[in-house]
Amino acid sequence: MSDDGIPAPEGDAALIDTEYEIGQDNITTTVGPFGLDIHNPVFLVSGLSIVIFVLATLAFQEQAGALFTDLRNWLTATFDWFFLLAGNIFVIFCLFLIVSPYGKVRIGGQEASPDYSYSGWFAMLFAAGMGIGLMFYGVSEPISHFSSSFAENAGAPESWAPLAGAPGDAEAARHLGMAATIFHWALHPWAIYAVVALSLALFSFNKGLPLTVRSVFYPIFGERVWGWPGHIIDIMAVFATLFGLATSLGFGAEQANAGLNHLFGVPVNDVSKVLLIALITGFALLSVVAGLDAGVKRLSEINMALAALLLIFVIIVGPTMAILTGFFTNLKAYVVELPALSNPFGRADDNFRQGWTAFYWAWWISWSPFVGMFIARVSRGRTVREFLVAVLIVPMLVSVLWMTAFGGTAISQIVNDGYTAVTDAALELKLFAMLEALPLKSITSLIAIVLVVVFFVTSSDSGSLVIDTITAGGKVDAPVPQRVFWASFEGLVAIALLLGGGLGALQAMAVSTGFPFTIVLLLACYATWQGLRSEPK
Amino acid sequence: MFKKIVVPVDLAHKDNLSSALETAADLALHYKAAVVYVGVTAATPGSLGHNPQEYAKHLAEFALGQSKLHGFEAETRAVVSHDPAVDLEKSLSKVIAECGADLVVMATHVPNVADHFWPSHGGKLATHTDASVFLVRG
Repeated sequence: MSDDGIPAPEGDAALIDTEYEIGQDNITTTVGPFGLDIHNPVFLVSGLSIVIFVLATLAFQEQAGALFTDLRNWLTATFDWFFLLAGNIFVIFCLFLIVSPYGKVRIGGQEASPDYSYSGWFAMLFAAGMGIGLMFYGVSEPISHFSSSFAENAGAPESWAPLAGAPGDAEAARHLGMAATIFHWALHPWAIYAVVALSLALFSFNKGLPLTVRSVFYPIFGERVWGWPGHIIDIMAVFATLFGLATSLGFGAEQANAGLNHLFGVPVNDVSKVLLIALITGFALLSVVAGLDAGVKRLSEINMALAALLLIFVIIVGPTMAILTGFFTNLKAYVVELPALSNPFGRADDNFRQGWTAFYWAWWISWSPFVGMFIARVSRGRTVREFLVAVLIVPMLVSVLWMTAFGGTAISQIVNDGYTAVTDAALELKLFAMLEALPLKSITSLIAIVLVVVFFVTSSDSGSLVIDTITAGGKVDAPVPQRVFWASFEGLVAIALLLGGGLGALQAMAVSTGFPFTIVLLLACYATWQGLRSEPK
Repeated sequence: MFKKIVVPVDLAHKDNLSSALETAADLALHYKAAVVYVGVTAATPGSLGHNPQEYAKHLAEFALGQSKLHGFEAETRAVVSHDPAVDLEKSLSKVIAECGADLVVMATHVPNVADHFWPSHGGKLATHTDASVFLVRG
């Protein structure tokens, strides 16, 4: 971060004049030997609700499992159109701002200069936004869409193929599989992050309000945003972040367990997964206690370096030319299929639309408060146009490259080499099955497991810091035990949900918390537009 | 004996600083030492200011009050830290080295169980700086 912190806007900006002081609603007390500085309703309501939720899930594991699965299915089946429509609105809103006169507004005031170089800024954007999903889905998603599209029953009601599939046509199935995967990782997720990040940056750097989610809603609620309407928004942001992170932690534990079983024969069961979550949470605790610079930032750098190493390795030892040309072919496939894949109405591919797309949108939305807040902090000094082009386009291109390298290699192994281990493997094992067919498989598989763990630690620690800030009323210097509490709590929620209903439970909670937050984000678009209108251009 | 005294101040908890401030003032007058009041603030807007400039203004007002009360001139240094809850000692030891202070007078709490997990800032600072550190119980 810059040593200048969040300075007053430089040059013209439309500050919002409010009497609210950060921490005015906080309770400062001690619990035993530990000091606390917490936002009264936000910390207590979100903390207590989650405690009750975790206890109830552990007490009624069987019923909870069934309930979670039903809840997820009901939400994605009933509101899939809403998630898809909202996702499209976020993309259109961002594209509109890029070409509108509001694109000239500069974050931090008209005279502000950027805090970071382009390279540093891009690295941070990507590290914050994607995370562990790239490891879990990098191979498994392209293969799943390719296989379901290629299958004979593609297009039938029970099929999971995107659109109508391409039964028996390997090239068309590859085209559709890659397009559908990139669709879930490109413009839409980044538009979701961009909406949150831009609104937070605008209302903090230009309007002078605290860097919390509620600040964005000042144009809608006025001074009431510091009361219950704001409390509810912040509580929802805490829920969304916590359950979104717990979902990722669940995926991480599943995949690391599968990988360890694959490499060393470690049994795949609840005990192993719980131990893995405890280990990952332990690392995250060390990182948050070490702080933003010594812990979170350093781990993120290691994380990006390891991920780049694995990507370059796969490009070099995999089908290099196919990956390089595939990058452009897949990008084109994405652009061609985008209108059909993003259409919320009148489609027959219920399983794909509800089970994949709607779930993804809810998951990205549940991550958006934490990723958005991070992106906001590093984006001061950019114009809205520059910000949106960078946040939408650059991560999209890196995602296309990653998916082409990992998924494209796996599809080539099937189509060109007749290597079917990737198809046969379980979702969490597909990455390791793909690496198996490449040289140095033991080393790359181990790096992949380490990456899964480090990816999660970097998400868990920064997520805990964001939740801590929100539940401390916007303060970033609350006592350290509070962030320890949130990091530990995240691990406990993931364990409770895994035991209570497996990955289905985790996904259900991500979808459930993502749903109300989608409404919050739609309102954020309106508030951002209002905020931009009052800015000098 | 001492030429420059650094006094770390937590403006959010001024009430707990009186013993340390009195001690620092007595020592400064006794040794005719310069005094630097140091405050560490977060990068984000906080209760003591919407930005570091506002925080620095609060710190300067505080130092002026101390100067008038005790009859000496004092400087201030407002340090911006990315994560003040964790990096406080690092930020302070950097300022102490930069301004060439040879004594730190700092308020500290009575130790309790929590210190086994999170040692006091003053105790940690003493292990990170060349200057003498005088910890004063609040």
